Amino acid sequence: MINIEIDGLKIEAQDGAMLIEAADEVGISIPRFCYHKKLSVAANCRMCLVDVEKAAKPLPACATPVTEGMKVFTQSQKAISAQKGVMEFLLINHPLDCPICDQGGECDLQDLAVGYGGGETRYSENKRVVKNKNIGSLIATDMTRCIHCTRCVRFGEEIAGVRELGAIGRGEHMEIGTYVASTISSELSGNMIDLCPVGALTSKPFRYSARNWEMQRHPSIAGHDCVGSNIDLDVRDNNIMRVVPRENEEINETWISDRDRFSYEGLNSKDRLTAPMIKQSGEWQRVSWDTALAFALNGVKELVGRHGAEHLGTLVSPSATLEEMYLLQKLVRGLGSSNIDHRVRQLDFSDQNRAPAFPYLGQSIESLGQSDAVLLVGANITKDQPILGHRVRQAALFGAKVMCVNSVDYKVNMPLAEKLITDVAGMEAALAGILKALLNMNKIAAPSGIDQLLHSVSISATHEKMAANLSKASHGSVLLGLSAASHPAYSTLYALAECIAELSGAKLGSLSLGANSAGAWLSGAVPHRTADSASSNQTSAGLNAIQMFTAPRKGYFLFGIEPEFDSVDPVVTTQSLKDAEFVVAFSSYASTVLSDVANVFLPISPYTETSGTFVNVEGRWQSFKGVVSPQEDTRPAWKILRVLGNLFELKGFDYMSSIEVRDELKKCLGDIKLSNKRAWLCPELSGNISEQIVEIPIYGADAITRRAVSLSITPDATGHTIVMN
Amino acid sequence: MKTGLNHYLKTFILWELLIGLKLTGRYFFAKKITVQYPEEKTPQSYRFRGLHALRRYDNGEERCIACKLCEAVCPALAITIESEVHDDGSRRTTRYDIDLFKCIFCGFCEEACPVDSIVETRIFDYHFEKRGEQIMTKEKLLAIGDQHEAQIAADRELDAPYR
Repeated sequence: MINIEIDGLKIEAQDGAMLIEAADEVGISIPRFCYHKKLSVAANCRMCLVDVEKAAKPLPACATPVTEGMKVFTQSQKAISAQKGVMEFLLINHPLDCPICDQGGECDLQDLAVGYGGGETRYSENKRVVKNKNIGSLIATDMTRCIHCTRCVRFGEEIAGVRELGAIGRGEHMEIGTYVASTISSELSGNMIDLCPVGALTSKPFRYSARNWEMQRHPSIAGHDCVGSNIDLDVRDNNIMRVVPRENEEINETWISDRDRFSYEGLNSKDRLTAPMIKQSGEWQRVSWDTALAFALNGVKELVGRHGAEHLGTLVSPSATLEEMYLLQKLVRGLGSSNIDHRVRQLDFSDQNRAPAFPYLGQSIESLGQSDAVLLVGANITKDQPILGHRVRQAALFGAKVMCVNSVDYKVNMPLAEKLITDVAGMEAALAGILKALLNMNKIAAPSGIDQLLHSVSISATHEKMAANLSKASHGSVLLGLSAASHPAYSTLYALAECIAELSGAKLGSLSLGANSAGAWLSGAVPHRTADSASSNQTSAGLNAIQMFTAPRKGYFLFGIEPEFDSVDPVVTTQSLKDAEFVVAFSSYASTVLSDVANVFLPISPYTETSGTFVNVEGRWQSFKGVVSPQEDTRPAWKILRVLGNLFELKGFDYMSSIEVRDELKKCLGDIKLSNKRAWLCPELSGNISEQIVEIPIYGADAITRRAVSLSITPDATGHTIVMN
Repeated sequence: MKTGLNHYLKTFILWELLIGLKLTGRYFFAKKITVQYPEEKTPQSYRFRGLHALRRYDNGEERCIACKLCEAVCPALAITIESEVHDDGSRRTTRYDIDLFKCIFCGFCEEACPVDSIVETRIFDYHFEKRGEQIMTKEKLLAIGDQHEAQIAADRELDAPYR
């Protein structure tokens, strides 16, 4: 620790800390534009000039390391006049068009100009004008306002990992722009909007729609991937106007992905379902809640009476809240059916009985960033879970060896130490190769059965290097991604990855689909486990997401599901649904396919309009409140399910709030072990598989995101195809 | 004794009444200040704060840029604005409502306006016949502006040295 004095206040600062960090720690504010705690120091705005004793000139606080006995004055005549001078220069070329600028009211330059700006300008020459750049559908540019702090440039290089923005020209002629005229394609690009201290980069979908002082800010949790990023929803007139990150060092730091930021556009989509509807002789009718619920009740009762409860199948979206999933499974299990599943993209369910309590990352998100070797198996982590991708990238920049075994050569934004791209069938062999190399290298006894399994597997130099990297690492991570989870031999891949992790001392983790796959497992939205027994199995398991359609049921509950997207085989799924006698759709949107197959629509509120809980991939329960009232006649789904439970005369559906539901589930579960450990059972290599891989497009992950217009025209969304191997 | 007599005489000649009538008499012959409204009107300052108007530039373009400063400064919360990106990419209002029942005619909106768009005119005599008419919409405000632009511009001109 180093002793310094700032404005007469004696403080202790960390070794090697910069002055501005030491001052921030004790709450002394030093004006700044280019300094940002998550970015490297550039020291090019000069706004943070402070007066240091025995220094001839004022020094930039962001680039001056603390030294023993240093005396700093941030409010002295010298410091203030230096800062005022800098401000005067910054304002020379700034257009001062605050009234039409979206940043007005939340602008660093505006705020600091109140403190350090002069009342009148001494500058009478022409101001500089810079041409605007079109950098895509998410970020609007007004480059004349730019003060060249280069935060966006540094963000691109250091965080997003794509050098798309840069400074071109020098001095008066310096301009920020894309090197080649192109759009920004990073999946984290929206963060540049927050970073920009002026109005040069602003949100395009939000453009000119509201002022920051007329919005109320409500905390919430992002519901589009398994990370559970903390967000703030800005609300005006009962409308979500925009989404901004809420700082949480343990999860998303100060960033959020573009999907979390811009998908709010989908909330007010044209096909939003706003009233209960029933289909009678092929015609949809808008009806009251009483009528719709009675219609659903009679339909289901009749069906169960005629065919038995086992002819009821239930599919729930992995992005539904914990409470919704718990109540839904309680309802269908109460009716006598265990055919409930949320694993809509999974093909191989063979080892579901041995699965851990929920798909767990194996460590905290923060600790993932400290890995020194990461093996990605069937994971497009950059696009599927951008915040986790960012953590892995940070690890890579600190020297971690990032390796991947994928069936598609995904574009990644980090240096890869090793890369193995194979066809779908080759995934097993690739992992087996790494495992064999690992065994050969470490000369450890293989778990039973493995020797036989690996007998005919050949190993290559890449396998060996991957094995070496993993076993050398003191903190290795093996991550199974979404395409591994929808691999036809997922159980084998999982077992091999498990074995690799075990033998190399790495941590095994799974990345899961949707916002709440972990919650789905815990709440019993799986056919083989109830909420009362998080990791012990039911004596007879119900049908899983695939079996429900290969052996078609007579009736279905669809909860937040769009059959044409949320399914591995849309044709079979849609046909089974069409052939079914009665389909109840709980949905926020009335898509054409859903209108085709359903008999009754119960409009449910999306996560912005209902209270609930998401459990993220590290097992963190994050509850949130509804921040706007449900649109027209939509209702929070937990309330609908509660009423349905009572209408079916099932016991235990008398909840007063969603918190009661959550607490009941928590009590049922008791202590949940955060672990991926399980008894060893040797897998079998399945050999010849030839399946097409249907990629989950980054902006097609859930119903809300699919309707976000601005996201759907980004380069990430438009370049997707079906990959055949 | 003398005051007693004085008082006695004044009682008979109604002296107090004459004093009072003297005042009446003075005003009877003085110059009249009563204004015969509506045929006559009182003079107004060029800073008079009457009915609002929205102005246009000479080329017909609306001045208002939807910065919402008037909405923010309004102490009576009488102004409601909604904005969007206009076809030509500029910032424009889609709704500009002033509720005249809420408005206290303080003139802050006029002061806050960076483009002299919202102004208060000299119009003070108007009435409403139906509920809802007190909401001055953008169309109404622009119409008033168009009708009185000459007067509005002249008034701003006079006030310019003090702003």
